[in-house]
Amino acid sequence: MDIKLEAIGHSYDGVRVMRDITLDIPDGRIVCIVGPSGCGKSTLLRFIGGLERPMEGRVVQMGEAPEGCLNPLTYIFQDFALLPWRSVAGNISLVLEDHGIKGAKAKAIIDDVLARTKLSDFAQALPKQLSGGMKQRVAIARALAVNPAVMLMDEPLSALDSQTRELLMDDLVSLWSRQPFTAVYVTHNLNEAVRLGHKIVVLSRRPGQIREVVEIDKPLDQRQFGDADLDEKQKYLWQLMREEARAADAELLNV
Amino acid sequence: MSDATLNTSRAAGTQGPDKQAAAMGETGKPVAFRGGGFAPRSPKWVGVAVFVVLIAIAEWGTRTGWISALTLPRPSDVLATFQELYQSGMLFKHLGPSLARLAVGALIGVSVGVSVGVLIGLFSYVRAGLVPLVAAIFPIPKIALLPLFVIWFGIGEGSKYALIAFGTFTPTVVATYGAVDNVDRTLIRMGQSFGLSWWSIVRKIVLPGAMPGILSGLRISLAIAIILLVAAEMLGAEYGIGAYILQAGSLYDLERLFAGVVILSVLGVVTSTVIGLIERRVLGWRT
Ligand SMILES: Nc1ncnc2c1ncn2[C@@H]1O[C@H](COP(=O)(O)OP(=O)(O)O)[C@@H](O)[C@H]1O
Ligand SMILES: [Mg+2]
Repeated sequence: MDIKLEAIGHSYDGVRVMRDITLDIPDGRIVCIVGPSGCGKSTLLRFIGGLERPMEGRVVQMGEAPEGCLNPLTYIFQDFALLPWRSVAGNISLVLEDHGIKGAKAKAIIDDVLARTKLSDFAQALPKQLSGGMKQRVAIARALAVNPAVMLMDEPLSALDSQTRELLMDDLVSLWSRQPFTAVYVTHNLNEAVRLGHKIVVLSRRPGQIREVVEIDKPLDQRQFGDADLDEKQKYLWQLMREEARAADAELLNV
Repeated sequence: MSDATLNTSRAAGTQGPDKQAAAMGETGKPVAFRGGGFAPRSPKWVGVAVFVVLIAIAEWGTRTGWISALTLPRPSDVLATFQELYQSGMLFKHLGPSLARLAVGALIGVSVGVSVGVLIGLFSYVRAGLVPLVAAIFPIPKIALLPLFVIWFGIGEGSKYALIAFGTFTPTVVATYGAVDNVDRTLIRMGQSFGLSWWSIVRKIVLPGAMPGILSGLRISLAIAIILLVAAEMLGAEYGIGAYILQAGSLYDLERLFAGVVILSVLGVVTSTVIGLIERRVLGWRT
């Protein structure tokens, strides 16, 4: 299932935050969206997932979601969004219950996704007992449980320390290598973008517009921490963003 | 510049007042502790000790005549009255109807209050319509409405239930919609993004998320229910703790008055403890 964004534009209370964004999200690829803070990345992701309506343009889904897909467009949030009163297993069962999946069938799915995210030993733990990295792995497990066609990730690693971030990036890469998923991955971290993105979309500062789309052909599982060619791409992206980020930073001051 | 001055002073350190500083540097001085506090815990015995000390002072004061018998009854006399009440079987004759009134009244008030509070928390029109109404009836002393309730619901149990229910309703509503407002919106977004039904979101995200606020509102509501119990039993009640206290009061029988008041206090402590237990069970997830 592909997603197409057609000329999306939006304003909040008369302030233009986004203009003419046209973008293809091809099946089985990870599209990273980078841009200075406040350029509308989260807003764009909310449009893609149908949590909010853009004023101009539209988001189109090409083709049907594959069989067995419970929630085609599934989010992973920066702050995990786990229910603190439910255990790890309970948080995953939450998204299955509404589809009438209960009992043994639910348990099979929960066991499977917990195994894939290496959380099998923590099924009964409460979120408050988990570290940040584990919480985000629970959120990833929850997303996997509904068998999404497209994963929408809004800075999923930004709340974590850099070591945990490295580990989780490896986890995401191995998850993708085993079974390629489609993803839109919003980040302000260029290193994450070059490690995980097949396609990196650079947005300008507010009003967000596409400045450039950078493609990286190297397979995900061959990308390593500190690869020279990736560093080169990252430097190039930083050059694109530098002026925008500086201007955006100055703009926020005199809002 | 500063480096230079540092160097010279160190060079000069071999003689003069700097010798003292050097000596202190060797022995060292522990950093003064200034953390701690601001984290009250409640060791159980302290609460009990406060009661014991107050009662002991009252007992001692009344025995030595330092407190006259008209000011305060002697605690041991109150205890004797209480024993008499218990042995004659009158205690349960009074306690039974009172507990029933409390239970029925508070149950109605709290359940309607929680429902209305949740509706206010969820729907714009309900909020716009009911928040001013609740604000208008909150400050009315409900006791003043007792005659009205007697007319509406009869002199029997109906008016008593109504008074207690009405009194617990308003604080419950206010606590509940505040609690619903405070539920983490990102959790609700999460529920929507996974396609949960509206009813699932309310049941599995909004209500559990509002539970801490609802329970602390319940503490206040139940205390108000106990206060109103006495008022409710002012009219047309033969038995009941409130009726017992009012009778004793009109006769200036301080021992019986205090025995009744102590029962109400115990009732208050019991409900507060029960809510504490519920909180510990239901809200164990809080960090
Ligand atoms: N619900 C909203 N109401 C008003 N303004 C908003 C809302 N959401 C976002 N904005 C504004 O839109 C701009 C883009 O926000 P956002 O998409 O969160 O940026 P990013 O995620 O790229 O940092 C910001 O200037 C923000 O203040
Ligand atoms: Mg954002």
